[in-house]
Amino acid sequence: MKHRYLPMTPQDEKAMLDTIGIQSIEELFADIPEKVRFKGEYNIKPAKSESSLTKELSQLAAKNADSNTYASFLGAGVYDHYKPIIVDHVISRSEFYTAYTPYQPEISQGELQAIFEFQTMISELTGMEIANSSMYDGGTALAEAGMLAAGHTRRKKILVSRAVHPETRAVVRSYALGQSIAVEEIPLKDGHTDLEALKNMIDDNTAVVMIQYPNFFGQVENLKEIEPIVHGAGALFAVSSNPLALGALTPPGKLGADITVGDAQPFGIPEAFGGPHCGYFAVTKALMRKVPGRLVGETTDEDGRRGFVLTLQAREQHIRRDKATSNICSNQALNALAASVAMTALGKEGTKEIAIQNITKTYYMKQQLKAAGFEIAFEGAHFNEIVVKTDSPVKKLNASLLQKGMIGGYDLGLSYEEFEGHVLVAVTEQRTKEEIDAFVQEMGASHA
Amino acid sequence: MHKDNQPLIFEMTKEGRVGYSLPELDVPEIDLAELLPEGLLREEAADLPEVSELDIMRHYTALSKRNHGVDSGFYPLGSCTMKYNPKINESVARYSGFANIHPLQDESTVQGAMELMYDLQEHLKEITGMDEVTLQPAAGAHGEWTGLMMIRAFHEANGDMKRTKVIVPDSAHGTNPASATVAGFETVTVKSNEHGLVDLEDLKRVVGEDTAALMLTNPNTLGLFEEQILEMAAIIHEVGGKLYYDGANLNAVMSKARPGDMGFDVVHLNLHKTFTGPHGGGGPGSGPVGVNKDLLPYLPKPILIKKDGVFSFDYDRPQSIGRVKPFYGNFGINVRAYTYIRSMGPDGLKAVTEYAVLNANYMMRRLQPHFDLPYDRHCKHEFVLSGRRQKKMGVRTLDMAKRLLDFGYHPPTIYFPINVEEGMMIEPTETESKETLDAFIDAMIQIAREVEENPEIVQDAPHTTVIKRLDETKAARKPVLRYHKAE
Repeated sequence: MKHRYLPMTPQDEKAMLDTIGIQSIEELFADIPEKVRFKGEYNIKPAKSESSLTKELSQLAAKNADSNTYASFLGAGVYDHYKPIIVDHVISRSEFYTAYTPYQPEISQGELQAIFEFQTMISELTGMEIANSSMYDGGTALAEAGMLAAGHTRRKKILVSRAVHPETRAVVRSYALGQSIAVEEIPLKDGHTDLEALKNMIDDNTAVVMIQYPNFFGQVENLKEIEPIVHGAGALFAVSSNPLALGALTPPGKLGADITVGDAQPFGIPEAFGGPHCGYFAVTKALMRKVPGRLVGETTDEDGRRGFVLTLQAREQHIRRDKATSNICSNQALNALAASVAMTALGKEGTKEIAIQNITKTYYMKQQLKAAGFEIAFEGAHFNEIVVKTDSPVKKLNASLLQKGMIGGYDLGLSYEEFEGHVLVAVTEQRTKEEIDAFVQEMGASHA
Repeated sequence: MHKDNQPLIFEMTKEGRVGYSLPELDVPEIDLAELLPEGLLREEAADLPEVSELDIMRHYTALSKRNHGVDSGFYPLGSCTMKYNPKINESVARYSGFANIHPLQDESTVQGAMELMYDLQEHLKEITGMDEVTLQPAAGAHGEWTGLMMIRAFHEANGDMKRTKVIVPDSAHGTNPASATVAGFETVTVKSNEHGLVDLEDLKRVVGEDTAALMLTNPNTLGLFEEQILEMAAIIHEVGGKLYYDGANLNAVMSKARPGDMGFDVVHLNLHKTFTGPHGGGGPGSGPVGVNKDLLPYLPKPILIKKDGVFSFDYDRPQSIGRVKPFYGNFGINVRAYTYIRSMGPDGLKAVTEYAVLNANYMMRRLQPHFDLPYDRHCKHEFVLSGRRQKKMGVRTLDMAKRLLDFGYHPPTIYFPINVEEGMMIEPTETESKETLDAFIDAMIQIAREVEENPEIVQDAPHTTVIKRLDETKAARKPVLRYHKAE
């Protein structure tokens, strides 16, 4: 058959068969036993030409309500942020996106250096000494933190705050099950982790305490108060953090975190219906050799020139097999590159400014909702998100917002029984005053 | 490639330069110090670069020129299926209705995305011969672990708690034993026989009541089809174990043999290999998992269902292993894979496998006189040469790999699988023309000749790259894993 991805001509095929010394391609499959041989062709949709396929798929895409067309007030771990246009231009350089893991450093210096820069940026933002080259996402990164901690402390219990993203907690539980590690959830108090409960739950079998900062409800947890409780019991302190918030918040590394993980999606990565995003994983120097995934290190070549290589590979699956620190192989390199470009574009000033804008606009939303008579469930410091009580079902509320060109917040009742009738509303720097005012007005209208 | 060192972006910084354009703050400013608990307002800004937009573009353009991708040249990296990454995939994945939708939007507002996922699952079911597919795992290794957790759940649900062992061949990918460990199993290795296939006698010896599963790649990492697959399936199933298919090599058997028909109970696929999601410099990938009926109840949740033409996520799955990833998998990569499958159609996918296998056999036969071929029979999509003949002349496979860089090629996978001395694993893929294969073969033959006549040129390679061989020992002994400003 003729296809634009398949360059073989009948003459080529004939010449190659002659070289091999066979009559037909089919002979190359003669070792597949008759009993398992698939006959004919798959019963799948026929091939489409380039233009008819793009037409079909653009129509399919148009069935979805996207955040370019609608003003989105939905966050809950995935955010509509400013994506510098340059990001897509850089990651569209096909020398990056059509390469694989940089196993041959002499022809992969571009990727290796970009990862080294990513590691440095994550290390700077989180205040941690070491950062790896990326993980699948923030959820699996926290799960891997749990495994690292259990292995390091030789303890078999994870304490995870209920203010950690519900889907992340679910992933932590799945990984822990494989390792027969117990997972207990620290209850909430006023939208924050209940520290009195934590003190009662923590014991000498606790490997790690996991806190999200800012937490799932947008509340800024007071890591300063939590750290002594965790370390007092000899456990590791793992913090899951939105790195964009760290432009304005004291980084976990300065507040005693042993492991800081999270998702770099807020830096230049599209929402993409939940993935691919970009997990990051950062630790203290003491834990360097326990880190999962790839690490890039600086070295020199035979002439003394600076260069970069994959390093400390004795931790990894392709060397250590069943003794590896993790089974991760492919990670999210291209999205780490995207995040690097976004972090570079924002730079020292922009990462601070964007974080401050997010806090400022969240407070503006809070004030406007309060003024319109809404009850805000939790007080304290907010980042991106606030929890609002509503009388009408959130689903109904969101349906009417959609009519007005807005995507409403997350229905907290879906993952917290006690928060039925509460909506988690997100505001980023992308939302204008006009959009926020319109949102508040529509909320009020459906309320009445 | 450019020979000049490219400075780190941090070394290009100049205080006061910016590369961003944030929206104007159109709401009243507030005093953060008042709002945040004491000590939580960041005092020292993260020391990120201060550069202009042009600085950024030039920097990354320079880096890209120091990187080899499939679009730069031939990339016969065995086991990785470095085929062409179609550009239509990239366009489609960027459609706003796919790229800019939120995973927690009301289902009624993302029916198009869910329809695509559903149809992709249907296509993958037919391609693998499995009963159901989940798109949740983010990559191949993640899929392996997901599959093993389902097998574990299956055994435990049957009250069968003694199944603690997972068997892998000595030629298996490193992720197989690593995933088994993460899923809480102990790994047992089964030997290969003199034909490069699993030794059935050894398999019979290692199986037992404690066998949870056998993980197998077919064709295996030598590129050879495990002809006795049905016998192996019978041995595993007889003792109550499950058969796991590592789909890394699916490109070799599309439309020729389906894992489901070979007796496999669980299958993972690497959509970034066979189905052209780009490799991205090391991800993001996508590792869907297919299962047969026995394992259906244990699939990660939610599962995607279609009822009366409406798509929804079903979370009511009491026996599910739970979530393996937030949300629904690497959707953006799944869009690319779906676009590819729809571009190829049934006849296209069949041709893909046929040409991938033809290309590999052609290369193998042309290179056979010049290198040792440990397993002399038709291969599938890849083959493994041994450099032991050259090693006797003082040149290692690593040297030959580095010499290939001088010819503008990415070398094959080397020293893998571990059961071949000085191994070189070559996978051409179907998207390469005969001219490209011939040019690479000629380079390999020239290198073989150099080994005999002028070994230094190979031992000292590469000569033309931006940098020479790097000191990996130094990198590991005193790790420098981030940039620090010179004091």
